[in-house]
Amino acid sequence: MTPVDQSPTPSHPHQDWIPLLELATREVFELMLGCQLVKPTTPMTEASVNITGMVGLAGALSGVLSIGCDDKAAALMASKMLGIELDKVGPEVADALGEVCNMAAGNFKNKIAGLSDGCMLSPPSVITGNDYNIHSVTETPYLEVGLLFENMPLLVCLQIHS
Amino acid sequence: MFLPIGDEYSLMSIRTLIVDDSSVMRKIVDRSLRQAGIEMSQVFEAGNGAEALGVLQANRVDLILCDINMPVMDGLEFIKQLATVENATGTPIVMITTEGSEAHVVQALACGARGYIRKPFTADQVKEHVIPILAGKL
Repeated sequence: MTPVDQSPTPSHPHQDWIPLLELATREVFELMLGCQLVKPTTPMTEASVNITGMVGLAGALSGVLSIGCDDKAAALMASKMLGIELDKVGPEVADALGEVCNMAAGNFKNKIAGLSDGCMLSPPSVITGNDYNIHSVTETPYLEVGLLFENMPLLVCLQIHS
Repeated sequence: MFLPIGDEYSLMSIRTLIVDDSSVMRKIVDRSLRQAGIEMSQVFEAGNGAEALGVLQANRVDLILCDINMPVMDGLEFIKQLATVENATGTPIVMITTEGSEAHVVQALACGARGYIRKPFTADQVKEHVIPILAGKL
């Protein structure tokens, strides 16, 4: 399993975007789910990720923003967004994670000069399963932020194609 | 609808159409409106602009809240098409979308939207944008 790099390599071309990626995600959870995301004290792994929301970016920035977590975390997101009990959550889980990802992507690009107008978002997609990897066609740089949502890991990743 | 009493408003029940391809987001918008103190006698939902036009062919509403990025027919095209629906003449439209760029805001307002709320949002932001519109102040 790949450890999530909490401190980006100094040579990364867009490392200054990492705090914005984190802030964009935090704001979505605070405003739409009413909860604070917490920085983990130990490195996180992708071991518990079995659902991933993805939104494509095209234009001035081309890439994919994804948010991965486990199914319990995704169900809790849906529960908080819909204002219903956790055990009442059904097929809305994927829709909820997709929307969280969509809002995080939109909020992120709106924080960067030139991207708000110059970058379009795709509709969100959601992958579920127990053993999958997401590969880009070309080797691309990526930014990754690990956060805890109600003590459950949340991996936010921005793959940058161009 | 909304009767101005000094700086306050007497809230009367309204019929609302919420247009978003995410059913979760439609429910969040619904809940935000209720949290904002807006009483709704009827809430119609549509997953895209084309569905929304269908709803409006058969029903009159007092307020439309609409996403921009949707499959089949997006929010901007929906506003343009709205002029052809007799039931929707003069109905205020508020866009609720992740597309927060200046260009999108200008485009939406030019197409006839009366307000623009950027996702993520709070119930208070919904209230700030929607109540003045319902009260006829915007």
